Amino acid sequence: MSVAPVQSDNPAARALAVRHRFRWWEVLPWLLALAFYFAFPRYLGFGTELLITVLFAISLDLALGYAGIVTLGHAAFFGAGAYAVGMLAKNEIWTEPISGLVIAAVVAGAVGFTSGLVLLRTTGLTLLMLTLCTMGLLEEIANMAADVTGGFDGLDSLPIKPVFGIFEFNPLYPNTQYLYVLGVLLVCFVFVRMLVYSPYGHSLTGIRENTLRMNAVGAPVRRRLMVCYTISAAIAGIAGALWAQANAYVNLSVLGLDRAATVLIVLVLGGYGRLYGGIVGAVAYMVLSHFLSKAYPTAWQLGLGLLLVIIALFARGGILGMFDNLMQWWRHREKTPP
Amino acid sequence: MTTVIEIANMLLGGLAAGMVLFIVSVGLSVTMGLMGFVNLAHGGFAMIGGYVVVLAMNRLGVPYVAALALAFIFTAAISVVFERFLYKRLYRAPELDQVLFTIGLVFMMIATVTLIVGPETQPINLPPSMQGQLNLGFMTYRTYSIVLIVVGVVIMLGLWLGFERTRMGAQIRAAVDNRRMAESLGINITQLFTITFAFGSGMAALGGGLGAEFLGLDPQYPLKYLVMFLIVVAVGGLGRITGVFYASLIIGVLDFTLKKYLPQGGTVFIYGMTILLLLWRPQGLFGRPA
Repeated sequence: MSVAPVQSDNPAARALAVRHRFRWWEVLPWLLALAFYFAFPRYLGFGTELLITVLFAISLDLALGYAGIVTLGHAAFFGAGAYAVGMLAKNEIWTEPISGLVIAAVVAGAVGFTSGLVLLRTTGLTLLMLTLCTMGLLEEIANMAADVTGGFDGLDSLPIKPVFGIFEFNPLYPNTQYLYVLGVLLVCFVFVRMLVYSPYGHSLTGIRENTLRMNAVGAPVRRRLMVCYTISAAIAGIAGALWAQANAYVNLSVLGLDRAATVLIVLVLGGYGRLYGGIVGAVAYMVLSHFLSKAYPTAWQLGLGLLLVIIALFARGGILGMFDNLMQWWRHREKTPP
Repeated sequence: MTTVIEIANMLLGGLAAGMVLFIVSVGLSVTMGLMGFVNLAHGGFAMIGGYVVVLAMNRLGVPYVAALALAFIFTAAISVVFERFLYKRLYRAPELDQVLFTIGLVFMMIATVTLIVGPETQPINLPPSMQGQLNLGFMTYRTYSIVLIVVGVVIMLGLWLGFERTRMGAQIRAAVDNRRMAESLGINITQLFTITFAFGSGMAALGGGLGAEFLGLDPQYPLKYLVMFLIVVAVGGLGRITGVFYASLIIGVLDFTLKKYLPQGGTVFIYGMTILLLLWRPQGLFGRPA
C-alpha cells in the first residue's frame, strides 16, 4: 500500500497514514518466542501447542474480528487441515511437511469456500447455527468414515518426513517442531498483517461496522466476505496441519465444539480485531490452563466461565483493550496535572 | 399388523422425545424472537430443572409431580435474578458478546453442578405408576412415553390459548412482530421480557425434569444438547409457538427413527437437513420472512 502524502497536519490523519508501519515493539513477541526456546527446553511441547493456538486464533480473528463473521464452528477448518495431512501421511501418499501445509491450506480453503457459499448468505442466529451444523456434520463424517479417518480413535504414528529433508520430528524432544511451527507462524502472521492493513482489510472492517453502508457505496460485500472466509479457513487448516504434524496423530478432538469454543475464548480474552489479540490471548489462556486445568478442573471451568461473563459485560476489548484503556487514562492524567 | 405396530412404536417414541424437545425449546424460541438474544445457556436451565427434580426426589422424598413443580418455580426464580442483573445489560449488545456471556454462564453452571452434586450421571426413579406398560387397545406402550405425549399436548394447547387469547399473549406477539411499535403503544417491554424469560426458563426446567429419564442427566447436559435445542428453534422459526411444536415433533420422530434404523448416520442426516432447510428458508420452516 503506497502512502499518499498527508495533506493536513491533523494528528488523526498522521496517525492513520502511518498506522500500518512496523513499530519497535512488534519484534518483541518473536524475540520472546526465541528466548523461550533456549530458556525452557523442557517445555517445548507446550510451546509448540501454544504457537499453533496463536495461529488458529489469528485465523479466527480475520473472520470474526475483522470481517465480523460470528462463527462457532471454526474448528471445522482446523480439522479439515489436520485430517488432510493425517490421511495423506498415514497412507504414505504424501509425507513431506511443508508441501503438506500447502495441501492442507487448499483443502481447508475449499471447505471454507464451499461452506461460505452457503453460510454467508445468512446472518445472526441462522449463521451461528449453520457454522455449528457444518462442524457437527464434518465431525460425524470423520467419526463414521472409520476406514480412512480411524473413526473415534483417529490416526496415530503418522510418518512425517524431516523438514527440508534434514530436521527430524522427534516426539520426545520437540525442538524441530517448535522452530518449524514458529517459522510458519511468522510467515502467516506477516501475511495476515499485510492483509488487514491493505485497502481490502479496511473494507472488511467497513463491512463489520456497517454492512448496509458498504453495500450502498458499491463494495462487493458478499465477494469480500467469501475471500476473507476462505483465507481464514485456509490459515486455520495450516494450524490444524501443524498440529497433526507436530503430534504425529489426528483424532476427533480437532473437529469438536471444545476446540472451536476454546479458540473463540482465546481470541476474545486477548481482544479481537486487534491482530495481537490472538497472541496475548493464547499466552494468557494456555499458561493458565496448563497450571490450573489439570490440577483443579472444576474450579478452572468455573473461573473460565466467570472470565467470559466479565469480558462480555465489562471488558469487550479483552486484555489488550484493558491495556489500551489504561494507557489512555495514564496519558490523560499526565496531560491534566491535578 | 406387525408393520403398523412398528410404525406406531416409532411414532410414539419419537413423539415423546419431540414433546420434551418442545417443552425445553419453546422458551428459547420466544425469548430469542422477543429480544433477539442468542441465549446459549437455555439448556443450562433445563439441566438445573432436571437436577432439582432428581435431588428433591432422591434426597428429600418429594413425589415426582411436586418435584417438577418445584423445578419450575426454582428455575424461574433463578432466571429472574440472572435476567435482571446480567442478561439485561446485553440486550442491545452485539451477538458475539451475547454468545460469550451465555457460553460463560454454561461453563459456570456446569462447574457449579459438578461441585455441588458431582460429575456422575444422576439416576431418576420414576413413580411406579409411570413405569409400566399402558394398553392402547391395539398395542401396549410405555406409560411414561404416553404421559409425556399427553403432557406435551396439554402444554401446547395451554400455551397456544395463552398466546392467542390473553392480553399478555397479544402483547408478546406484538413485541415479536414489531418491538418499537409495541413499545410506542405503551407495552412495558422490559417487564414483559422478564416474565417471558422466567416462564421460558421454568418450562425448560420442566422439560429437563420430564426428559431426564431418557436424555440422561450429567453436568455436560447443556453442551450435549445445545445444538439440538438450537436446531429446533431455527427450524421452527423464532417466536412461533406452533412452529417450535411442529419442528420438535418432526425432529423428535426423525431422530428416534434414525437412531433405530441408521445408528451411524442419523446425526449427519439431521445436520445436513438443517443446513439445507436454513438455506431454503433462513427464517425457519414456520417463521415469517424477516
